[in-house]
Amino acid sequence: MGVLVDQFPLFLNGFLGTVRICLFAAIGSLVFGTLIAAFRVSPLPPLRWLGSAWVTGFRNCPLAVVLFGFAFGLPEVGIGAPFEVFGIIGLTAYTSAFVCEAVRAGINSVATGQAEAARAVGLTFQQTLGNVVLPQALRSVVPPLGSVIIAMIKNSAIVGAFGVGGELFSVEGTLTAQGYPALVSLTGVALGYLVLTIPAGVLLGVVERRVAVKR
Amino acid sequence: MRFTHVLRASAVAAALALAATACGGGSTTSSSGDPAAAENPSFEAGTTMDRLAKAKAIKIGTKFDQPLFGLKGLDNKPVGFDVEIGKIVAAKLGIPADKITYEETPSRVREEVIEQKKVDAVVATYTINDTRKQRVSFAGPYYVAGQDLMVKKEDTAITGPESLKAANAKVCSVTGSTPAKEIAKFVDAANIVLFDVYSKCADSLRNGQVQAVTTDNVILLGLIDTSQGAFKLVGKSFTTEPYGIGITKGDVKFCEFINKTLTEAVADGSYERAWKATAGKVEPKVPTLPPAGACS
Repeated sequence: MGVLVDQFPLFLNGFLGTVRICLFAAIGSLVFGTLIAAFRVSPLPPLRWLGSAWVTGFRNCPLAVVLFGFAFGLPEVGIGAPFEVFGIIGLTAYTSAFVCEAVRAGINSVATGQAEAARAVGLTFQQTLGNVVLPQALRSVVPPLGSVIIAMIKNSAIVGAFGVGGELFSVEGTLTAQGYPALVSLTGVALGYLVLTIPAGVLLGVVERRVAVKR
Repeated sequence: MRFTHVLRASAVAAALALAATACGGGSTTSSSGDPAAAENPSFEAGTTMDRLAKAKAIKIGTKFDQPLFGLKGLDNKPVGFDVEIGKIVAAKLGIPADKITYEETPSRVREEVIEQKKVDAVVATYTINDTRKQRVSFAGPYYVAGQDLMVKKEDTAITGPESLKAANAKVCSVTGSTPAKEIAKFVDAANIVLFDVYSKCADSLRNGQVQAVTTDNVILLGLIDTSQGAFKLVGKSFTTEPYGIGITKGDVKFCEFINKTLTEAVADGSYERAWKATAGKVEPKVPTLPPAGACS
């Protein structure tokens, strides 16, 4: 167990790397997922098709395949970027599909009368969605969104296999290769993820109570 | 892109198989390039050489998965520079190449097979170091490997580890490996890209995400061999890994015999032929035989 103390800087560095990746991917996938959800309920068929295609594609592919596609596919067509950027893009694209479906469930839960009333007073589609439907929809989907984000934090362990150096999970590989026992290193890694995910769950609980719809 | 590789590889394999059948069942063709076995050599009684020469058979441990050094092909025979070195030693004992039995000796079992006398010698990209010397003796070295850089064929900016910084090059290696630690002396951490396997490094080098791949030159030569001419070795090793022939601890006479055999192999050109027939296909420069270490 001395490894955890001796190698603390390495663990901390990996932890911060994972926090950085997850922060960008969480913000990106929440914003993007909501946008795709709006596409899926929009009155324009091409936008609806785009939304469905996005969700079908990214929700049904293994994350490793998605990440591989970005990290090795984009450079193949001449789009180069640091691997961390590819990792964040891949994680965002994948997670946004799940965010989209959670948000869409929320939208469907808003009574039809709300949208009809908004249209009756002359609001456009954007106004109806942005000012009437989404504020109500998002309040009710905090718990599923929380699960999606926590799953994303754990999924981020895979980006280490795609050239992203210095994230938490790859610390285990580094230490094992130096001769430290894998099980102990993995315990440290697990603790690192728990430090991230448990407070994230608590925080989401607070948000949920704050914004809950009084019915 | 991977898929076309697979297709191409299988096409080549099919073509080779066809060519092999076309040649017909000639059995002696493969031994034509092998060193000629000495006729009835005599050795001091009781030595390992005497025992092997009388038995007219030898067991050699080598790797079966290291391209250019010891790689077992579809015909079930390992080929490579290590295998050729084994043949040279066997020939001096009067043992022809077809009387050599090869045992697979991956890195973690090499000391054990020698201690348990399962093989007479191990020639398996076996770096001589003090930890290992406590359990086995080493003859040679017969080759000095070292960490090197692999770049694209057309790259002229990268000439060695010192040039990486000026070229602002990204360097790829494998997570947690010794080469990854070693290269950190030359480039900023932000410019080191780590994967779980070297094949991903090769892919990233091909599509321009990294400018160099670093690890032991022996592994790099294997990657270059399969790159269809896309990559080249920079050829400036910055670590030294002397490869020796592992034998039973304390067998000084066998060790001295192997060292003498190696020197003679350089003199009669069989060392050069062994290199050219194997690793020399990728790295034409024939290595000079490093000075032999002390036998103990």
